[in-house]
Amino acid sequence: MAGKKKSVISNQQSAISNPKSAIIRSRVYVVGDNIDTDQIIPAQHLNLVPTIPAEYRKLGALALSGLPADYPPFIKRGAAQAEYGIIVAGRNFGCGSSREHAPIALGAAGIRAIVAESYARIFFRNAIATGEQYPCETAANLRTVFQTGDEAEIRLDREEFVHVKSGKVFKLKSLGAVMPVVSAGGLFAYARKTGMITA
Amino acid sequence: MSMTITEKILARAADKAVVMPGENIWVKADILLTHDICGPGTIGVFQREFGRDAKVWDRERVVIIPDHFIFTKDEMSHRNVEGLRTFAREQALPYFYDPGTPTYKGVCHVALPQEGHVRPGEVIFGTDSHTCTHGALGAFATGIGNTDAGFVMGTGKLLIKVPPTLRFTVSGLKPDYIMGKDIILRIIGDIGFEGATYCAMEFRGDAIAALAIEERMTICNMAIEAGGKNGIIAPDEKTLAYVRARTPKPFTPLYSDPDCAVAKDYTYDVATFEPCVAKPHSPAEYAPARELKDVKLDRAYIGSCTGGKLTDFIAAAVILQGKRVSVDTFLVPATQEVATGLATEKINGEALTNIFKNAGCLDIAPPSCAACLGGPPDTFGRTHGREVVISTTNRNFLGRMGSKDAPIYLASPLTVAASAVTGRITDPREFL
Ligand code: SF4
Repeated sequence: MAGKKKSVISNQQSAISNPKSAIIRSRVYVVGDNIDTDQIIPAQHLNLVPTIPAEYRKLGALALSGLPADYPPFIKRGAAQAEYGIIVAGRNFGCGSSREHAPIALGAAGIRAIVAESYARIFFRNAIATGEQYPCETAANLRTVFQTGDEAEIRLDREEFVHVKSGKVFKLKSLGAVMPVVSAGGLFAYARKTGMITA
Repeated sequence: MSMTITEKILARAADKAVVMPGENIWVKADILLTHDICGPGTIGVFQREFGRDAKVWDRERVVIIPDHFIFTKDEMSHRNVEGLRTFAREQALPYFYDPGTPTYKGVCHVALPQEGHVRPGEVIFGTDSHTCTHGALGAFATGIGNTDAGFVMGTGKLLIKVPPTLRFTVSGLKPDYIMGKDIILRIIGDIGFEGATYCAMEFRGDAIAALAIEERMTICNMAIEAGGKNGIIAPDEKTLAYVRARTPKPFTPLYSDPDCAVAKDYTYDVATFEPCVAKPHSPAEYAPARELKDVKLDRAYIGSCTGGKLTDFIAAAVILQGKRVSVDTFLVPATQEVATGLATEKINGEALTNIFKNAGCLDIAPPSCAACLGGPPDTFGRTHGREVVISTTNRNFLGRMGSKDAPIYLASPLTVAASAVTGRITDPREFL
């Protein structure tokens, strides 16, 4: 249904459609290196179809349920969404499967941006193509500074990521060639804007 | 200007004389592949964006192969296959391989080439990360998400970035105990789990040329486990014979120019390779099998797009003939064609099916992805507890085969079969 999807994008208007003025402020959830798509959304839940609104929400409630047991719960028992809007990750976030259920589950759980040291290619692309969240990259090892629950701010206009309590500022990498796609609001919006599709 | 095989295929698909790594280009798709996990969402995106009555860009080029959650009581999985059925009927798709009917095939990455949909020089997009398998036949093939696939379904095109090429030359005379799986696990172990992120992985050399097509598929299948965008092997006589036996459609093979530039060259002497495993929980956790003799196993699994082809079962049967397994051994042929081969293929006059039966393996399951990705609780071979598994599949992520407490070791079918006999991780040279 168009309604659900559109509302997801418009909730994040500041993040995805207008990066030049966007500020995302939220608590962060911190994960390690090589968080694969089976940890983001375990395969047994792939019977859920993301374009069906009720199942989209269910995917959100199951996001990151494949993490090892020693992580703090990402979503409180019985809650539909996480208390976090930003994920701080290490290297190769989203490796593994091409399942778009992964960025969608995170988006449905309320994640508006990820700040990682690097991404697996398909996850990065799916995050952008769906407009579910902003896949930011930084060269810094953030996990020495950020702990789950810390307040953070992403300033997309200045390509900065701020640890609020300490005031530490980290430089984000420029999105470069994918910037026009992100700015347009995803693959379909970009293709319409550039005349690749007309409808 | 000279180009790699990957660049040449993309240039052709973009109607350009030359493309350069890093360039973003619109390319025409020759085939769009989807299955029961990502097909419903792809169709959802397609209909949301192009309209409920929109037609796919070319019905001959959309191939739907349900394979993941087939033999389960799970209602949602049945609903998803039913949705594919409706879509295939509405769109009059000639290539929908319907579960429960004689057209059902099994795992998409083995069925796609077997049914003649993979042709050298062409561009294949699939809603599955292991779509890179099809580079084994000299195609450019890569995995994409539902949104991208919905876009391809409507337009036949996709905006992609031309990948730089990492070139792996494996030379020398391949010993019998080394399989495609050992070659790719060693390479991933060397370059790391993200060592080829965004890159094309091109494989060449005498040891690659000596491999059967199915063994080449094992290598390209796992390019994604190093983060690769595509794996590719230049077509040769074996490739052309394989493809021509399966499709009358014309195609134009392309080849790397001899003087083309690549981002990085790696060279290996195949004589230095050993039967190996990837330890939990990453395909890059390389270790020679002989070093893990102390790892006690509960289960052996032979199946999937990586390790469930006929050559894989022949290799396992070479070890298992006349022996008994000492742990539960699960056999899942990738496709119907492989399943048929198990009954007809013989070693020393004994059919593979009998060899496995006499060795004490569990009854052979019908073709599908089965426990390769865990799946619904009633999936054949799925782990539920702390089972230690050795498997011919491609991923050993935490929880990949179902239970988060079940560690998975990846290996070649020779190594898996040898280990099934002893109940410990075992170098197959002990039996050859
Ligand atoms: S066999 Fe395994 S890796 Fe291959 S397509 Fe099926 S689930 Fe994916």
